[in-house]
Amino acid sequence: MIPSPDHLLVLPVAIPLLTGALLLIFARWPLVVRRAISGVAAVLLALIAIQLLMMSGDDAVRVYLLGDWAAPFGILLVLDRLSALMLVLTALLALFALAYAVQEADSDGHNFHALFQFQLLGLNGAFLTGDLFNLFVFFEILLLASYGLLLHGGGAERTRAGLHYVVLNLIGSSFFLIAAGLLYSVTGTLNMADLAVQMRALPAEDLPIAAAGGLLLLAVFGLKAALLPLHFWLPHAYGAAAAPVAALFAIMTKVGAYAIVRVFTLVFGVEAGPLAGLADPWLLPVALASIALGTIGVLASDDLRRMTAYLVIASVGTLLAGIGLMTEAGLSGALYYLVHTTLVTGGLFLLADLVANGRRVGARITPRERPAGAGVLSVLFLLGAMAMIGMPPLSGLIGKLLILLAALPEPAVQWVWTVILISSAMLLIGLSRAGITLFWRGPPSPQAAPSALRLLPAAALIGSSPLLVIFGGPLTDLAAATAGQVLNPDRYVEAVLGAATVRETVGGAP
Amino acid sequence: MEALVAFAIGLLVACGVYLMLRARTFPVIIGLVLFSYATNLFLFAAGRLKTDEPPLIYATQSYTDPLPQALVLTAIVIGFAMTAFVVVLALRARGELGSDRVDGGEREEER
Repeated sequence: MIPSPDHLLVLPVAIPLLTGALLLIFARWPLVVRRAISGVAAVLLALIAIQLLMMSGDDAVRVYLLGDWAAPFGILLVLDRLSALMLVLTALLALFALAYAVQEADSDGHNFHALFQFQLLGLNGAFLTGDLFNLFVFFEILLLASYGLLLHGGGAERTRAGLHYVVLNLIGSSFFLIAAGLLYSVTGTLNMADLAVQMRALPAEDLPIAAAGGLLLLAVFGLKAALLPLHFWLPHAYGAAAAPVAALFAIMTKVGAYAIVRVFTLVFGVEAGPLAGLADPWLLPVALASIALGTIGVLASDDLRRMTAYLVIASVGTLLAGIGLMTEAGLSGALYYLVHTTLVTGGLFLLADLVANGRRVGARITPRERPAGAGVLSVLFLLGAMAMIGMPPLSGLIGKLLILLAALPEPAVQWVWTVILISSAMLLIGLSRAGITLFWRGPPSPQAAPSALRLLPAAALIGSSPLLVIFGGPLTDLAAATAGQVLNPDRYVEAVLGAATVRETVGGAP
Repeated sequence: MEALVAFAIGLLVACGVYLMLRARTFPVIIGLVLFSYATNLFLFAAGRLKTDEPPLIYATQSYTDPLPQALVLTAIVIGFAMTAFVVVLALRARGELGSDRVDGGEREEER
């Protein structure tokens, strides 16, 4: 018989696909019905993701052969600890973003929920796929959905940001294809596990081509992750997007980070022969520069949303600094930090919207008006800011500390420590100034205070930070186990290339 | 034939990049299209250039690699959808921002 639990692997891709298609057909149905469909799908997705995370806890790498074609010839989904973790994170963030969206933002257009589901389809697919070209396809799906979501609600500001975002990502997609072509031309495969095997035995004359392909991939993923020279699109796009969309986009930069981890540990990992560690000279300097730039951006922002967008750049920099160390300790610290930063920045985007709705001057950081309901909002802002800066006792501290400790034995330790610590101090200044200006000065606004229901998603996302500290032990264990599995690509390769098709398992049955 | 294909790809990239660096949306879109054509040709060439060979492994002793052709087909479809989207977006930007400059710049034109 077919081992049944493995079919769970395809559900994170199938559920959003079918739900999105359904919502597209019935786009004119009453909003309540569409909200219900989308909500049920999101809850279902979260449950499945949690189940997959528990399944992945036994350290096995699970493979789902689509169409029962044996690897490396068919396309396939692969579930290991890292992809399961990313799936859970996406599903949780999506749940809260949706909980915020259904209160107002989704009524601006008919297709918000369909696009939202397609966005989830692209994200989940990118985390699960084991094929480089499939990764490209899922990137395109999530980008196309994000183009629509970014423009959701309309307005000149969004159109302008959207145009830049779309053009830049189209160029990025072309480079992804060129990179895939380069790698295919020397290895004859696009299956990532098979690429890893081929890379070990590459003839010397093909090495420059493969290296060019790998570095092009780094540039493409760097564009998605908004690393330093490729970050220009992010502040505008995230600052202009509707709040629940911006909150969901908090995971989008992490897709780039995920792809960097996946490709540069598996294909160009420790055992890749002459090309091992291809990205190492680039990753750390670029990451540290991104932290510096994000911090300067936070100090210079005059708008709370724009400031949160720069916080995303700084946090992606910190994340990739941990990854760039390419050690188990660095990677596991980075994974803890990834969970923390995704949830908290998502919450801060929602909070920025609540502040903007409670003031007649929007999210601009001016002392002209205090937002309605400033009491609750300021407490949430304080928590979020402390978490992002990395002040005790919240989760940012643990994440940054893990990365700093991991850097200790490395030659680049002084750079990592200097940049991260100075950046934290600068963030403290920038965020305190914003908080004081927004919440303590100016007359109270006559706008209505946000209802408890609207506060809930933002409070839950920001409130995840203390929870991440309380459950810090199990979570760091999970991160360490994940990092250990990712840095031993042999298991992944064996699982993928040794995966038996159903036909073989059943024994020639039709 | 290799030289010819390489020259064609290079020419397309050069024109595409030049147009992408222009300040107005229409040339930028044309540049994107040219660049994606070049990418598709390049991807096609990644399977080695052969003429008069079937893309089937068992057909003859010699065959041409079918996978890049499938990849190019996918890339063309996706590129087509993206181009349609960006054209609509550019039209909308022209309407909403009152200018077809990519930075959505001022309505007044410098002479």
